[in-house]
Amino acid sequence: MGIKVDVKKRVGEFCLDVQFQSESSRIGILGASGCGKSMTLKSIAGIEIPDEGEIEADGNVFFHSGRKIHVKPQERNIGYLFQNYALFPTMTVAKNIGMGLKGSKQQNAERVQEMIRTFQLSGLESRLPGELSGGQQQRVALARIMAYEPDVILLDEPFSALDMFLKDRLQQELMEMLADYKGIVVLVSHSRDEIYRFCEDLVIMDKGKVVISGRTKDIFRNPEKKEAARLTGCKNFSRIRRIDEHHIEALDWGVELQISRDIPKNVTNVGFRAHEFIPIWGERRENCIKVCLAGTAELPFEKKFYLKPENLCWFLQKDKWWILEEKGMPDYLQFQEEHLLLLS
Amino acid sequence: MEAVWEILEGLDWSPLLISMKTGIVATFISFFLGIYAARKVIKATPGKKAVIDGILTLPMVLPPTVAGFFLLLLFSKRRPFGIFLYENFDIKVVQTWLGCVIAATVIAFPLMYRNARAAFEQIDVNLIYAGRTLGMSEMQIFWKVVIPTAGPGVASGTILTFARALGEYGATSMLAGNIPGKTGTISQKIAMVIQDGDYLTAGIWVAIVIFIAFVIIVFMNLIAGKKMRNVKSW
Repeated sequence: MGIKVDVKKRVGEFCLDVQFQSESSRIGILGASGCGKSMTLKSIAGIEIPDEGEIEADGNVFFHSGRKIHVKPQERNIGYLFQNYALFPTMTVAKNIGMGLKGSKQQNAERVQEMIRTFQLSGLESRLPGELSGGQQQRVALARIMAYEPDVILLDEPFSALDMFLKDRLQQELMEMLADYKGIVVLVSHSRDEIYRFCEDLVIMDKGKVVISGRTKDIFRNPEKKEAARLTGCKNFSRIRRIDEHHIEALDWGVELQISRDIPKNVTNVGFRAHEFIPIWGERRENCIKVCLAGTAELPFEKKFYLKPENLCWFLQKDKWWILEEKGMPDYLQFQEEHLLLLS
Repeated sequence: MEAVWEILEGLDWSPLLISMKTGIVATFISFFLGIYAARKVIKATPGKKAVIDGILTLPMVLPPTVAGFFLLLLFSKRRPFGIFLYENFDIKVVQTWLGCVIAATVIAFPLMYRNARAAFEQIDVNLIYAGRTLGMSEMQIFWKVVIPTAGPGVASGTILTFARALGEYGATSMLAGNIPGKTGTISQKIAMVIQDGDYLTAGIWVAIVIFIAFVIIVFMNLIAGKKMRNVKSW
């Protein structure tokens, strides 16, 4: 079990240089658009050929530039779920599902029927992909992959084209459908929620390189790198000057912060998630910043406050709005020290 | 009206037969050659692509007589290649039906090639990737995914190729000549009878050509239209 990727590929100005390894069977790759995450996934599938490096999945070597190994995508037994599903537009649902099967006609037909039942596509067998809804198309695409029992399933931004309501339902559906699947799943996404929901292990990419990789929950708790913190949803950052083992000066925020953990020497930035602030009225306490309101945005379930100085963001859940109605805007916001992210 | 019937009764139908045979064979050859060329050109590097595309498209933009000139240079029995063909394989091109086919093919081929290429380039590359990860061979992907998906484009290419091959005149008259019952196509027949001032016979042949072309185009549009039932009108 597990996957090992070490690839370099140059395309014009862009340079992909990715290394990661994971023993998990649910792996996520998180990154902004154009960071090379899709190219990494295509390299694993064999659709893109790296300039050099090696790719190994589930004990099989797919690519090894040193040993001149390049297994054709046809022989990797990989399932690739494309962002637009890539269903063959001139084939019916049943034909699409049967396309990856290698058995006899009889066996294939039975397998297709089985898939149609499992993925709740009964009655749609003879429809063309263009006549299906987005959710149905995704189920057909997944059925087409699951039909031939691949060792690895690669999901390339499977939800990015869907509306919010459908997205949540399909994420849940996909999770349920993959629950019994024993192989490796690699999910590529720019959505931290999707990744957090699906993946045990996480690789964060930026500009063609791996920023950090490890356990998803560990990385969300302690992203270590500024880019990683930003991609996991952290909104507030400040450069710092390290005063001593337990004190830093947050240069952009203009406050001194005390931290009981040891502060490593290589820390250059501090980050703080917009949900974690504690509002303070009256007396200033430690690790506080004086704020005044620059703007607000009200969303259905939370309120976003944009504050001076330095465009601090503070998000407050709906169930706590009553505090503000009672006491007005707080004088200070307190950084809870255990939630301060020390970044390099 | 009576004059029309009189001419129709005594009409030599061989030009129709020759034109249809030539059109069908030339379309058949162009169909496969055009698809093959389109596929090769798409795969080529940009520099090569520009040059090869230029060569393959030339017969379409040049006057057919220029193509005829080169074909004569190539196949003439007084030239090396023509001599080679005749002496080794007993193949004569000049002043034969084979010449009709070659001339029509050369002139009509670019239409097939260009239409096929445009249709292939429109195909979502993910479909091909999907085929590969599904374990389909390149041949399977091509015939089961690419060709059907490119169906309307390929079909319209075929229609245009046939229409062009059916009406070919310039290169045909140079390479194959106008031998009645052998290489005399409809378009050559029309030109010939016009020279004799026989507008009635010319008119009959014109009507026949228009009728055939129209029927075939409508028929193939219907076939292509079936495949295009996914395409929304706008």
